[in-house]
Amino acid sequence: MNRTAGRTRWALVAAAALLLACMAAGLLAGAAGLSPGSVLYALLDRLPFVSLDSGLLPVEQGVLFELRVPRVLLAALVGGLLAIAGAGYQGVFRNPLADPYLLGAAAGAGLTVTVVIVALGDSGAVPVAAFAGAVGGVLLAYALGNTAGRGGGTATLVLAGVAVTSFLTAVQTFVQQLKVEELQRVYAWILGDVGGGWPQLAMVAPYALVSVVVMLAHGRLLDVLAVGDEEAASLGLHARRVRFAVLLAASLATAAAVAVSGLIAFVGIVVPHVVRRLAGWSYRIVLPLSLLGGAAFLVVADLVARTVLAPAELPIGVVTAFVGAPFFVLVLRLTRRVET
Amino acid sequence: MIGARGVGVRLGGRQILTDVGLSVPAGAWLAVIGPNGAGKSTLLKAVLGLVPHQGEVLVQGRDVRGLRPRERARLIAYAPQNPVLPPDMTVADYALLGRTPYIPYLAGETAHDRDVTRSVLARLDLSELAARPLGRLSGGERQRVVLARALAQQAPVLLLDEPTTALDLGHQQQVLELLDRLRLADGLTVVTTLHDLTLAGQYADTLLLLSKGRTAASGPPGQVLTEDLVTAHFHAHVRITRPYGRPAVHLERPGNRSAPPG
Repeated sequence: MNRTAGRTRWALVAAAALLLACMAAGLLAGAAGLSPGSVLYALLDRLPFVSLDSGLLPVEQGVLFELRVPRVLLAALVGGLLAIAGAGYQGVFRNPLADPYLLGAAAGAGLTVTVVIVALGDSGAVPVAAFAGAVGGVLLAYALGNTAGRGGGTATLVLAGVAVTSFLTAVQTFVQQLKVEELQRVYAWILGDVGGGWPQLAMVAPYALVSVVVMLAHGRLLDVLAVGDEEAASLGLHARRVRFAVLLAASLATAAAVAVSGLIAFVGIVVPHVVRRLAGWSYRIVLPLSLLGGAAFLVVADLVARTVLAPAELPIGVVTAFVGAPFFVLVLRLTRRVET
Repeated sequence: MIGARGVGVRLGGRQILTDVGLSVPAGAWLAVIGPNGAGKSTLLKAVLGLVPHQGEVLVQGRDVRGLRPRERARLIAYAPQNPVLPPDMTVADYALLGRTPYIPYLAGETAHDRDVTRSVLARLDLSELAARPLGRLSGGERQRVVLARALAQQAPVLLLDEPTTALDLGHQQQVLELLDRLRLADGLTVVTTLHDLTLAGQYADTLLLLSKGRTAASGPPGQVLTEDLVTAHFHAHVRITRPYGRPAVHLERPGNRSAPPG
């Protein structure tokens, strides 16, 4: 058992190193052509009690600190949140196909954002609307699931999520049709963007912190839930309470991510599975590794999105699926195992 | 040790159990028998407090409904008929789940929890399999692993729902012999449901025959496993012998009743 603990530690160190490497690449890539040394000096210069001359021009400093740093951080934060939320949903529903948008978060946010764009044009209210819509969608599914299925079964909850998602998507499509000229803007939001900068980063940081801490703290309890509600109950665990806490935290993480990035697909479902294939079944390792791995994955996806067609930018949601799907297949093949 | 009176369970508008009582002294083995759908599993769940029930269930003199879930789990360990065994989870990690009632909500296992689990695995000859995923165990191994998880709970009462399901003859015997050794060594109080009447008669001190949710008979095996009672409640043609003073139940082909064998 100590061997497991040792492996866990190494996996976390490796994932953290991978994330740092991806973030470094994200900071260095771009049209401005900043050298690695000067970027490193400029970053260290910001630390307290350190004073270094990076040799960067003020405009280059601006590119680094107002564009690239917040962009990389936001990509990392969104990727980490979506991946850990996906892992949390999979644990709660004991279903490998669960993803963060399962309970209507995406459809809720899609509707409110469409309404805001159609009613107000391009406005600063989009992130708030997306957050409220995502939370509202999940609450609606949860309320519906609880009234339809007494006893809090997860199957009813998933079906409620499906119903809420189709209903809200239908309303969103209708609203969108009322003002077709805004279609492109709505679509662009849905496909995702992590260029929101410091203000958006600051906006979601508190929610991100709380939800991540709550989910990480529940890793062991999700492992107990893996043997089913009845046995978990016989072990003295209140399965519904654990599930509710994780569901709440994962939904909050999803809402925070959606608010500042749109509806980026694929991260929440693929990253936890890749992690599981490489590092095992336990949520104590799947949750933190999904956080780090999801962050690294989205930083790279964003890097690809803004470099392959430079100076044009690909929507990041297209890249996550385009890069993510083949990568997922590769991991599945490399870790092929006998299904029992 | 376990005393229940007037236990009734109603699920989904259907009365599953009506006025069932049982009494198991400390260190004894009670086998609950009865035809399919008689309410055997539900009775175990009622004793455990997993289903809402009328009447009273006392374990060590305490009403199970008044216990907090973690307290109850330190008193009663339970293994369902078809336990969920996540295929990638290792044997050691699965057995360690039995320590759940001792671990505070957001804390982790202590070295003591790991020691207890390790010694339970050693006792059940599972040390070699500790790192093996549950998906790669044989039926007999699975049953022992489930027992290991229950024993890691260190509860004085074991409730096992059909511990011999899907096992061949030899493995059925091994699991029940093991259970009996553990019971005698640790003074455990054991309640099992068993569909095999002969096994129930061979191992248990007391039998409780449930039929249509009510107590049809209870007492020592010799009083419960009679041809009349088995015929009446199982609608089976049987002959009962007493190889070692305990009843063994044999099925008889209806047409062969009068013809001598051979």
